[in-house]
Amino acid sequence: MSPQTPDTFVNRLLGRIKLNGLMALAAPVLAILFAGVITSVVLILTDHPPVDTLLAMVEYGSTPRSLVGIINLASAYYLSAMAVALGFRMNLFNIGVDGQYRLAALIAAAVGGAVTLPKPLHIGLILIVAVAVGAAWAGIAGVLKARRGVSEVISTIMLNTIATGLGAWLLAQWAVPVAGSNNIGTNPIPESGHVPSIPLIPGAPNEVFGLFVVAVLVGIGFHVLLNRTRFGFNLRSTGLSEPAAVASGVDVKKMVIVAMLISGGMAGLVGMPQLLGSSYSYSLDFPPGFGFTGIAIALIGRNNPIGVAFGALLWSFLDVSQNILSLEKVSPEIVTIMQGVIVLAVVIAYELVHRYRIAAEQRRVSRELSAPVGMEGAAA
Amino acid sequence: MRRVIVTVPLVLALVGCGGLAPEGEPVPRPRAGTTVGLMYGAGGRGDHAYNDSVAFGLDRAKVEFGLRTKELKAWAGEGDAPRIERLRLLARSGCDPIIGVGFPNAAAVKRVAAEFPRLRFALLDDASATAANITNLVFAVNEGAFLVGAAGAFKSTKDNLGFVGGVNAPQIRQFEVGYRAGIAHVRPKDRIQVEYLSQAPDLSGFSNPALARTAAARMYASGADVVFQAAGSSGAGVFEAALAAGGWAIGVVTDQAKSATPSVRGRIITSMVKEVDVAVFDFIVTVLRGTVKAGPITYDLKAGGVDYTTTGGHIRDFVPRLDALKRQIINGTIKVPTG
Repeated sequence: MSPQTPDTFVNRLLGRIKLNGLMALAAPVLAILFAGVITSVVLILTDHPPVDTLLAMVEYGSTPRSLVGIINLASAYYLSAMAVALGFRMNLFNIGVDGQYRLAALIAAAVGGAVTLPKPLHIGLILIVAVAVGAAWAGIAGVLKARRGVSEVISTIMLNTIATGLGAWLLAQWAVPVAGSNNIGTNPIPESGHVPSIPLIPGAPNEVFGLFVVAVLVGIGFHVLLNRTRFGFNLRSTGLSEPAAVASGVDVKKMVIVAMLISGGMAGLVGMPQLLGSSYSYSLDFPPGFGFTGIAIALIGRNNPIGVAFGALLWSFLDVSQNILSLEKVSPEIVTIMQGVIVLAVVIAYELVHRYRIAAEQRRVSRELSAPVGMEGAAA
Repeated sequence: MRRVIVTVPLVLALVGCGGLAPEGEPVPRPRAGTTVGLMYGAGGRGDHAYNDSVAFGLDRAKVEFGLRTKELKAWAGEGDAPRIERLRLLARSGCDPIIGVGFPNAAAVKRVAAEFPRLRFALLDDASATAANITNLVFAVNEGAFLVGAAGAFKSTKDNLGFVGGVNAPQIRQFEVGYRAGIAHVRPKDRIQVEYLSQAPDLSGFSNPALARTAAARMYASGADVVFQAAGSSGAGVFEAALAAGGWAIGVVTDQAKSATPSVRGRIITSMVKEVDVAVFDFIVTVLRGTVKAGPITYDLKAGGVDYTTTGGHIRDFVPRLDALKRQIINGTIKVPTG
């Protein structure tokens, strides 16, 4: 980033200080190797062949059908992680992505199921409702922080719980029972609100959610917003040093609210690929928890749109390929261990590589400084 | 000699297999390599509740018929896509029949059954997914809950009863509705306290014994002396609270006066059993016999699919009256409301 970035642990952790060249590759490779070693140890301890098990996962995870599943799941993870990353870049910890996307998906599904419009309008309306609800829910935390100084960590966690309660109540109001089932869900969205899927992977019988495209667009938009606009510059400088940003004329309070609104808006999209691509209704079974996974993936991807894409795909690959493990009589929880180790390993590996770089630089500088001193000494 | 050893378990199987499947027909020996695929609900084998009851039925069939099994489980809140993939893995790896447990697996069973029309599927506790190769095994839990409600009302000396539900979802509200109706039928003026541990779609209430303990303790403290739990593995907390408060508790799914932690068994006056193991076992038997039918099979009081237990003798005095109620439900004199 800028040469003035203070070299603190948090700045290194969140990827605000970049590594160059081979160093940038060394850290993630180290992390994945380390995760592989730990997982192998756990597999050996539980009497399973590590190489065969990992190969079975790779083999199953690389079939065309699994690849489609990986991309579909990764779309949701990516949107969630980018919502978290936007906050991180400004030193805002939006833990509330989970509540934001669940509430957004519920209300968007209810609105989508209640109206009938021509196709592009119908989809557009559902997406706008989702973004608006996500933004509004995150905006509460933004306003509380800007006006009352309430930590967004506390308020977003509390808003998650409130979203769960509110969501359960709203679902009970709007739900239509599914005949003969113990499930309940919102009125299914009619055909005009369905997003057609894309046959992206050749040879796969299933197709990629159409809104996968939205995830890609959000990634590009994130990069442009942060690196090519004045707003992005203000956001990054507020994150790095609030007093400095104030001194250079940034309205920090406004930035907090706007950043939370954008982060929440992105969070609102998290459930959309699934809702408009496959389930068409928000039911008891709509997947929760993407918001928390997003935090881990944002850390793995170091809040960088490309890095997060790799993180989301890696996480999703592990989730999908764990399906094969139960058939191999291996406990699928091994994957949870692997995911946890990867997050820790990424944090540690980057820190180690950073420290190595700092130490190497110091050695180089001291060598350069000491050499003439030695010569002077010899001359005297 | 070897044949004799093989046939003995088959005879035992016929004697042992509940009252539901037609008996007297020969159970054919499984074709070489019959593998039963089973997808548990969230929690899976080892939850000391619903899924373990399913596993019990599966294990019985496995031992008695020499079957092989492949078992996978659904995860809370993972959505349909991964469940469809896992169920398809079972289908592709040669399992037939395949059993899905609980409503979270309904969509997966429907999808995969359509893709593999030659395989037999069963769906436990859900009748929404139907097809020519799907058998729906459903339970009239409201009828069983009615009886334990009546038993609790007979037992209560404070005219104050409690209900702890794991998750506020239609599935669990069925228990509450039947329980309320049973109490109201016997003692219309009794007070009933109701608490759910989590709100659907948050399913954590099924696995939070500490929260269940607090909720039940609150009920005992505010005057209840009988509390019924339908809370999965959280139910253990209700029993602990009963022990601490000297109150009574009512178990669920299995006879928990036999299966709960020994120290709390004395506080359990009855359990509303739901014979999921029998349903699973019977389904496998009908598949082996080739008499399996598609569509819903209702396990109600009449079929012995739900019932109340008397282990411990705490409700000995009320059994004649409870059995009278049971007969009235079976012959239709009493209509138990549904949720």
